Amino acid sequence: MIEIRNVRKSFGPLEVLKGIDLTVDKGEVVSIIGGSGSGKSTLLTCINGLEPINAGSIRIDGIEVHAKSTNLDKLRRKVGIVFQQWNAFPHLTVIENVMLAPRKVLGLSRREAEEIAVRQLGHVGLADKLKVYPSRLSGGQQQRMAIARALAMSPEYMLFDEVTSALDPMLVGEVLDTLRMLASEGMTMICVTHEMKFAREVSDRVAFFHQGVMAEIAPPAELFDAPKRPETQKFLAATH
Amino acid sequence: MFDTALTLNDLLFLAQGAGMTLAVTAVSVTVGTILGILFGVLRFQFGPIWFAPLTFLLDIFRSVPLLIQLVLGNALQSILKLGWGPFTTSCAVLSLYTAAYCTEIVRGSMESVPMTTRRAARSLGMTWGQDMREIVAPLSLRIALPSWIGLTLGVMKDSALVLWLGLIELLRASQILVTRLQEPLFILLICGAIYFLLSFPIARLGGHLEKRWSPHD
Repeated sequence: MIEIRNVRKSFGPLEVLKGIDLTVDKGEVVSIIGGSGSGKSTLLTCINGLEPINAGSIRIDGIEVHAKSTNLDKLRRKVGIVFQQWNAFPHLTVIENVMLAPRKVLGLSRREAEEIAVRQLGHVGLADKLKVYPSRLSGGQQQRMAIARALAMSPEYMLFDEVTSALDPMLVGEVLDTLRMLASEGMTMICVTHEMKFAREVSDRVAFFHQGVMAEIAPPAELFDAPKRPETQKFLAATH
Repeated sequence: MFDTALTLNDLLFLAQGAGMTLAVTAVSVTVGTILGILFGVLRFQFGPIWFAPLTFLLDIFRSVPLLIQLVLGNALQSILKLGWGPFTTSCAVLSLYTAAYCTEIVRGSMESVPMTTRRAARSLGMTWGQDMREIVAPLSLRIALPSWIGLTLGVMKDSALVLWLGLIELLRASQILVTRLQEPLFILLICGAIYFLLSFPIARLGGHLEKRWSPHD
């Protein structure tokens, strides 16, 4: 369970998160929508401990992410994150990209790591690309590789930060299919996304962020069809 | 032109000089590179402010002509009564000179590794050290290599200046022969050819590694 309590985060004088409260249960899929600069992506990097927070608390399975005593490297094994920019390790082949963290972080043998990598890459449909370098892959394939790379650590939670935003429209579908598959397998996911159709389909709840505040959160049918807040109505009208 | 007084012994003498050039270069580039990596990583990690004093010092080594550095370095070692011979003094000065350039190469290449790539590594649970070893080191090595090869070749040729401290390296050996035999063009031609033979393999090695490391299969 991810428990976010009254989280505040500023970059210099700019407060990007103004007291966020959100609880995500095991197996739940929560999508976060909202305009750019609404703090959605920042929240994800805070959940993963990549960014410090200024106030409040984030707990993952009861462990305080931003406590000094918390071993973040260890905690991050539980929480996979995939970014908008897929960030392949360009000097490693596809399979080596996926094997690296299991080998170095989990201390698995080459053979064990290879087994995991082959399985995860097969899972995201890249079984025929194991030995090529990322530069030979399309954006969608690189993004799926990044997903496999995160999955190889067997995380219990996955955070997706606008994973389709940098993709050619033709390639969005294949990545969303991968996410749908993960959701159907029961992975706990928080997806920051601009794909409204996707959010409606896969989410248990959808949160609308507006200027650093979570303006509204509801099951997708409710949020998309009968938004309560005027900001939400305005945003949805603009994106349709 | 082929009617020359140059003997086999003279060629051996040149070869010894070339050996000295190689020795000075090898020591200086090795020590300079180790120091350069150390300084470069510190500079990268602690940022420009904390590192400012050392940056200033290294700037001096990059800005003052090497010849002046050698002469001053030699004077300094005798003032401090270190009792260094010309070889040690030459290597010490050239090492710092190399380190000054190498620091910038290391810093620049490390900064060129995208923050987002490093963030991806950390988000997988890799520690700072693992990120450095597995991601930053290999990626920046590829970027640094051409400049580092250039630096090495430069130091090899600049090392000729150590003749001012009395070391008989390749250029000094050639000068001695020119003075004795009065065949400057022929001897300098041979000297240049030897420099080329010393440099060429290093340049080729660089090209070879670059090709091997290029991120395309």
